[in-house]
Amino acid sequence: MSIKKTSLNNLHIKYGAKLVEFAGYQMPIQYKDGIIQEHKYTRSHSGIFDVSHMGQLFISGGDDLTNELEKIFPADLKKLKTNQSKYSFLMNNKGGIQDDLIITKTSDGFLIILNAACKYNDYKVIKSKLDNQYKLNLDESLSLIALQGPEAKNVLNKVIPGCDSLKFMNGNNYVYKNEKVYITRSGYTGEDGFEISIKNSDAETFVESLIENGSKLIGLGARDTLRMEAGLCLYGNDLDNDTSPIEANLKWAIPKSRIETEFVGSEVLKNQFQSGVKKLRVGIKPDSKVIARVNTKIYNDKNQEIGKVTSGTFGPSVEHSIAMGYVDNSYSTVNTKIFLEVRGKKIPANICNLPFYKKNYVKGEINV
Amino acid sequence: MSEVKYSKEHEWIKLDGEEATIGITKHATEMLGDIVFAELPEKGSHVDKDGTAGVVESTKAASDVYTPVSGEVIDTNQMIVDDPSKINEDPEESAWFFKLKIKDKSEMDSLMNKEEYEKFAKETSA
Repeated sequence: MSIKKTSLNNLHIKYGAKLVEFAGYQMPIQYKDGIIQEHKYTRSHSGIFDVSHMGQLFISGGDDLTNELEKIFPADLKKLKTNQSKYSFLMNNKGGIQDDLIITKTSDGFLIILNAACKYNDYKVIKSKLDNQYKLNLDESLSLIALQGPEAKNVLNKVIPGCDSLKFMNGNNYVYKNEKVYITRSGYTGEDGFEISIKNSDAETFVESLIENGSKLIGLGARDTLRMEAGLCLYGNDLDNDTSPIEANLKWAIPKSRIETEFVGSEVLKNQFQSGVKKLRVGIKPDSKVIARVNTKIYNDKNQEIGKVTSGTFGPSVEHSIAMGYVDNSYSTVNTKIFLEVRGKKIPANICNLPFYKKNYVKGEINV
Repeated sequence: MSEVKYSKEHEWIKLDGEEATIGITKHATEMLGDIVFAELPEKGSHVDKDGTAGVVESTKAASDVYTPVSGEVIDTNQMIVDDPSKINEDPEESAWFFKLKIKDKSEMDSLMNKEEYEKFAKETSA
C-alpha cells in the first residue's frame, strides 16, 4: 500500500518539516525549530498539530443507537448531552484495549475519534457489532487539526469567533469560509485547546490563518513529549490488546453506572473492579538524566523483575527524564524505589504521581 | 599542525601529538535533533577503535558514540554531561566528548578528511 498524505502535506514541506511514516501516513516528526522549542512554544503560546491521520467515524441512524453503542463501549452514552464528549475504549472480550477513543454526541448520532493505526480495524469491529440499519462513515474528506496551548483560545477566536465559549470536553458547529466546521475543546498535551474537524480543501488556508495569528506548526515528536508530561497514554505503547483500562489506571473513564451492565469485556472488568489487578500503570521518575525508553525492564531492590517501561523521554518543561510503565501492583505506591535497566546498568528511580506536568484545562462540567 | 579527520559513524577527531580530541559532527547533531543526555567513557579506561565510547540521546532516540581510534581516556567533557544542549550548539569545538592518549597513529589513516566526510554525509543522508 502506498503511503498516504494528509491535506496539509504541502504546508508541512513549506514549513521545513522532517517527514516520517506514521501509521501509513507521511507525517511531520518536527519542523525547523526542533522538538524542544516546539514543545515549549505549545506550553507558552500555542501549537498546531495535524492529526488528520486519525479516524473520524460518524455513526447515525436508528432509534436504538445509544443502547446498541453501550453494548460496545463502557461509556455512559445515555447521560451524554448533545455536543458532549467522553474518553472511552473499544475493548476485546478479555477486557484488553483495542483502541482508546473520544465519543461525542452529535445532533444525529455520534462522532468517534480513533487512533490512526487502529481506525480501519475499529471500523470493521464496530460495524460487525451493529445492525445494518446504522450508518457508519469513516470520513476521509475531513481533516483534523488540533490547536493547543494557553493562547489557543485567543488565536482560534480570531479565525472562528465564538469558539472560546466552549467548555472542556464539549463541541459545537461553527462556520469557516461558509463551510461547517465542528470544534471540540479537547486535546492531548495537558494544555487548554481545541480540535477542529474541517473539510480537506479548507484545511490549508485555515492553518495558514492560525499561523498568521501567532501559532506554530508542531510535529509528532513534541506531541509525544507533551502527552507524556501530561501523563496521557499512547495506544500501542502504554495501551494494547492485553491491557485493560483498570490496569492502565484509567478506571475514572469507566462510569460506576456501567460497571454492572453488559458491554464488550464487561465481565473481565467487573472481576478486576472486585478483586483488583496484578499490574498497574504508574509514573516513573529516574534519579538521573538517563532516559528509560519503551521496553526498559524494571526491577525491585532485590533484583527481581517487576515490570517494564512503556513510554519514556526527556520532559522539556519539567526538565527531567520521565517515564510511564507497568509494575506489579505491590510496587505501584508513590515513592516506591525501583531500578531501571538501561544499557546494562541499574538506574535508581521512583514511582511518582501522574501527570508530570500540571494540567491547564478550562474546566467545564465535571462528572467523571 | 593539528589535523581533523572524520569517521563513518559521524565522529570527528583532532590529533595533537599523541593526544586526540573526539566529538560528534554537526551533521550528526542535525540528524539526532535536540540532545538531552550524554554519557562519556570513564577517565583512565581503555577504548578500542570502532568500539562504543559513550551514548547520546535526543528526544527521539539513543545513539552510541564510537571511538575512531584506540587509546586511553585522559579527559572527558563534563560540560556536555551537565548541559547536553551544548552539543547541538557547538558540536565541533567546545562540546567535545573525550580526549585519548593514542598508541597507533596509523589508525587515523582509514579516516576521512573534511571534504571526503562532507561528501559521505551528503550521500548517506540523501
